Order: sequence, then C-alpha cells, then structure tokens
Amino acid sequence: MIGKIAWKNMWFKPLNTVLSVILLTASVAIISLLILLQKQFEKQFSSNIDGVDLVIGAKGSPMQLILSSVYQMDAPTGNINYGEAKVWMTHPFVKTAIPLAFGDNYRGFKILGTTEEYLKKYDSRMATGVLFSKNFEVVLGSEVARKMNLKLGDTFLSSHGDAEEGEVHEEHPYVVVGIASETGKVIDNLILSNIESVWAMHHHEEEAIESVEHEHKEGEEHHHDEEAHHHEEGAEHHHDEEAHNHEEDHEITSVLIKFKNKMGFVLWPRLIAQNTSMQAASPAIEINRLFSLFGIGLDALQYLAYGIMLISGISIFIALYNTLKERKYEFALMRVSGATRLQLLLLVLAESVFLCLIGFVFGTVVGRLGLYFISNATEDDYKMAFDPFELALREELILFLITIFVGIIAALIPAIKAYRLNISKTLAYA
Amino acid sequence: MILTKGIGFQYNSHTQFQFPNLQCESNQALLITGASGKGKTTLLHVLGGLLKPTSGEIYINNVNICQLSSTKLDHFRGQNIGLILQKSHFIAALTVLENIELASWLTDKTKKKEKAKELLSLLGLDKCASQLPQNLSVGQQQRVSIARALINEPKLLLADEPTSSLDDENAKIVGDLLAGLAQKYNAALVIVTHDQRLKERFKSTIEL
Repeated sequence: MIGKIAWKNMWFKPLNTVLSVILLTASVAIISLLILLQKQFEKQFSSNIDGVDLVIGAKGSPMQLILSSVYQMDAPTGNINYGEAKVWMTHPFVKTAIPLAFGDNYRGFKILGTTEEYLKKYDSRMATGVLFSKNFEVVLGSEVARKMNLKLGDTFLSSHGDAEEGEVHEEHPYVVVGIASETGKVIDNLILSNIESVWAMHHHEEEAIESVEHEHKEGEEHHHDEEAHHHEEGAEHHHDEEAHNHEEDHEITSVLIKFKNKMGFVLWPRLIAQNTSMQAASPAIEINRLFSLFGIGLDALQYLAYGIMLISGISIFIALYNTLKERKYEFALMRVSGATRLQLLLLVLAESVFLCLIGFVFGTVVGRLGLYFISNATEDDYKMAFDPFELALREELILFLITIFVGIIAALIPAIKAYRLNISKTLAYA
Repeated sequence: MILTKGIGFQYNSHTQFQFPNLQCESNQALLITGASGKGKTTLLHVLGGLLKPTSGEIYINNVNICQLSSTKLDHFRGQNIGLILQKSHFIAALTVLENIELASWLTDKTKKKEKAKELLSLLGLDKCASQLPQNLSVGQQQRVSIARALINEPKLLLADEPTSSLDDENAKIVGDLLAGLAQKYNAALVIVTHDQRLKERFKSTIEL
C-alpha cells in the first residue's frame, strides 16, 4: 500500500518525475554502454591475440603493425622481404610462424594470403569444402560467405588494394573451394588464399620495387642465420625451382610468431630492430597501450555519466523537497489515520527509489540500444561486432546499487523531515 | 467513551492552558465551545493524542493514552479515534475511495472496500468514489473526511470546527450526519466549535 501511494504520488507530478527519469536514464545508459563496450572490446581484442607472441613486419608504428596484422583494422606498415622473414620463421625458438600477405579485396572484404596455420590459430575448421591448395582458390570466413551469399564453386573478381572501389583485376578470378566455420574472431570477415595467389596477382607491379629492395637486404640477411637459411634454401631448391624464386624475391606483409622458447619474446624485438629493416611488435604490449589510451577517454565519459547521475539525484531531491511543503498535510493526515513515522519515511524513500528503478531499467535498455547501433557501425567499418544482449553482471549490479544509493541519498533529507513532522503544529496552522 | 482528569498544556511560559475535566460516553455527543485563543484546537489535539499534555490523564476506552509510546499511540489513534479536521486534507494522488481504504489499511492492514463504499453511500457520495478529492466541493470533502474518520469504527469521534467552512445547508447536513453516525457506530462524539448552528443542535456543551 505504501508502495502504491508512492507510485501514484510519482505520477501525480509527472513533469518532475519525467525530468528525473530522463536524467537517470541518460546517466545509466552511458555508464552501462561503456561497461559493455569496454568489456566486449577487451574480449574481442584479447581473443584475437591468442597464439600470437610477436608480429614481424615492416618498420613503422608498432601499433599500426598489430592493428593491421592481427585485427585487420588499419593499413599495413609496408612490406617485408619473404626471404629475410624466412630466416626468423625457421629459427629454433619458433613454434609456429604464419606468414601474411595482404592482397586485394572483394567488396571490402580483405583477401589474405596465408597458410593453413592461420586457420588453426583461430581454431577454425572447414564448415564445407576443402582448404585452398592451388593459386586463386580461396576459403571464405563465415561472415563473408553469409553476407556475400557465396557458395562453393562460385568465382569472383577482386579489386586492388583495400579500397572497395579500386581497380578490378580481371585477369585472375578467384574460386571458392571452402567456407570456414564461425569463430567470432576476425577470420570470419576474411577471404583466405595461399600466398602465391597474392604474389601472382601482383607480379607485374612488384617487380620494379623488389629489384631495388632486394639488393641491400640480401647482404645482411645471410649473416644472421646462415646455416638455417642455406638449409632452407637447399630444401626448396630440390622441391621446386619456381617456388624458390617466388619466395626469395617476393614480399609479404607480416609474420605472426608463436614461440617455443619464451626467450625470443624478450630478445627478438631488439635483435630484429637493430639488425634488419623489419620490426617485431608484441600484440599484448601494444594492445595494453591502446587500452590505456582508450581508458582516458572512457574514464572521462564515465565521469560525465556519474556527473549526470549526481544532477539527477539533485533533481529528485529538489522535487521531493519542494512538494514536501504541500504534502506535509498529507503526511500529518496519514499519521492521524494511524500511520507511524517509519511508514512516512518509507513512503518518501520509496518514491525516490522507484524513480531510480525506472531510470535504471530505461537506462540499461537505452544503453543496449546504443550498443546495437555502435555495433552496426563498427561492423561496417571494422568488421567488429558487439553483442548488446550480453550481461556484465558484476558491473551492472554495482551500477544498480549506485543508482539505488543515489535515490536513497536524494530522499534522505525529505524523508527525515517527514519522519520528524510535528502533526499537531501542521494541522493547527492549516 | 472518553474521560479526562486535570489536563494542562504549556506551549511556553506565556501560553499555557488548563482544561476542565471532560466525560463523554458512547452514543453521547459533547460540544466544546469558546472564543479564539482559548485553546480549543490544542485541547482537541491533546484528546486525539497528537499532543502530549503537560499534566493530567486521558482515558479513552479505559486506556490512559498519555502513557503509550509514540508508535503504540499512532496505532491506538488509528484504531480508536476518528478525527475530522477543520479543513479536509487528502492524499491528493489517491481517489476518494482509496483515501478511505488507506485509513483502514494503516490501522489493520486490511482494505475495507465494501465498508468504505457503504459509508460513502450513507454520506451520499456514491458517485465520487473514483474521483480525486481535489475535484469535490468543500462540503463533499468534509463528508469524505467523516467517512474516513468512521471507517475503523472508532470509539471516539473528534471533530475540529467541522462546519466552519460550510454554508447553512451543508452545516446542517454535516451536523446531522455526525450525530447520526456516532450513534450508529456507538462512538463518543466530541466537537470543538464556535459555530452557533451546532450549538443549537447539540445540548451538552462545555465552554472553555
């Protein structure tokens, strides 16, 4: 009954109530959006790092290298010589080394030249079809297959570079031979081929650049790991003269390294930076740096949201305090009818807490709606989706408690005034 | 029934009242009159347990209410005393019927809906049950507060200037209703007033 009175009282002054609810909704929406965004963002980023200790790529911004090679979110830093990279890929410290060669795109979906290891890293199996084995055969990520509506055996033409509207390479159509299972990671949004396809596609363009770079790199390379290199080269020689030429002369974008021996994690970044024209960047370190950069912005937004919550608390306080003058007769009357002081205290508190509950519910809904729209945008731009229906139980429980706490604090003074109301005086001066 | 012995009340050293002893049995009516400033409202608040007297004893239904704790007094008041005030106040957000139900819920956690409706129809307010109190006329509001005072079948009905804001016709209606309903529910009726129209109607009078 106290609850019912509180509820009816709330809607008796709808403008006050609506103002308070809007403010609360805004602050709860921002905070819950941030909570979900931060949580899923970190999860998305961390899950893609799994199995990558180090990324070797062209010199430049290490963060750019990580963003481009691990998350497919940024332009690559440049190309590296495959022969030079091979030296490090076959080093005894290395457990797996996955070469990546960025190729063209098909309607905005990147075509990535790589090896079978890349699929294994993401625990991705073939949902249908087989792995690429010949040039211009591709395996589609699950999202690509779904969105582009491509099936096994379909062919398509790629556009040059990462611009969707780039020049179309008409001479070499790609054939879909497999579709990978869904992983929820970046691989879902990629088209995978073997590295040779990427080379073959751009053979004519690269020749000029390569001849220049090849000259000054060749010398350094042999000093580092001569034995391994020769060994490797020898093996290749026997297999396929043609392939050898490709590998020696051609370029790739980067290499994802997983170590057997963690010493490499410590030593390699300096070794590679000092002795080669490449760089080695740690995804874990770069992503930490990224989060701490993001963190400042997220913190600022969060303070803003708590500020709005403070204002909504003040608005509730003012609304309750203002109506107290008119309502003291109601309170006196309830006391006359047998209500206890405590019931009046509860009545005022209940009104405020109801407001906060409504604000919290609306806020969480609006926050998730916001995340849904953000998710749509990021999916288009970065192939990164957020799940608006995920629960961040602990954080949202804390937010809930804070909201209720604001409600109680805002109502405390009016509630105590109601509690201490002198009924005789109030009624005598009526 | 109500019985008082030597009640006095002191606001401060300048304003203090000493009230005559009162006695009013069930079914009886007692009119307390007096000019302004004689402490009529103070006496009514003391009788209703809203103010604690500085001295003296008040027995309502053989319970000395001066010795009850504040919570027990709230409960006792709800159950045994019906108060009708000079100006009617209501929970503005609740309908007439809900206001009356609230008075019964606050005392014993039951909503006597049927009884509330019966009282409203006794008072000729059937049609107002689902309206908000602020939409009623002053006379109607006063009758609603009578219904509210009676919902718990109190042993004592206290009325503070119940007719002061009413015209002759309504004053007569309210006077008759008070007397009639106090009889019907077997309550002692104490009215504090300076209204000549009521003095004519009720015989037993104490002048302060």
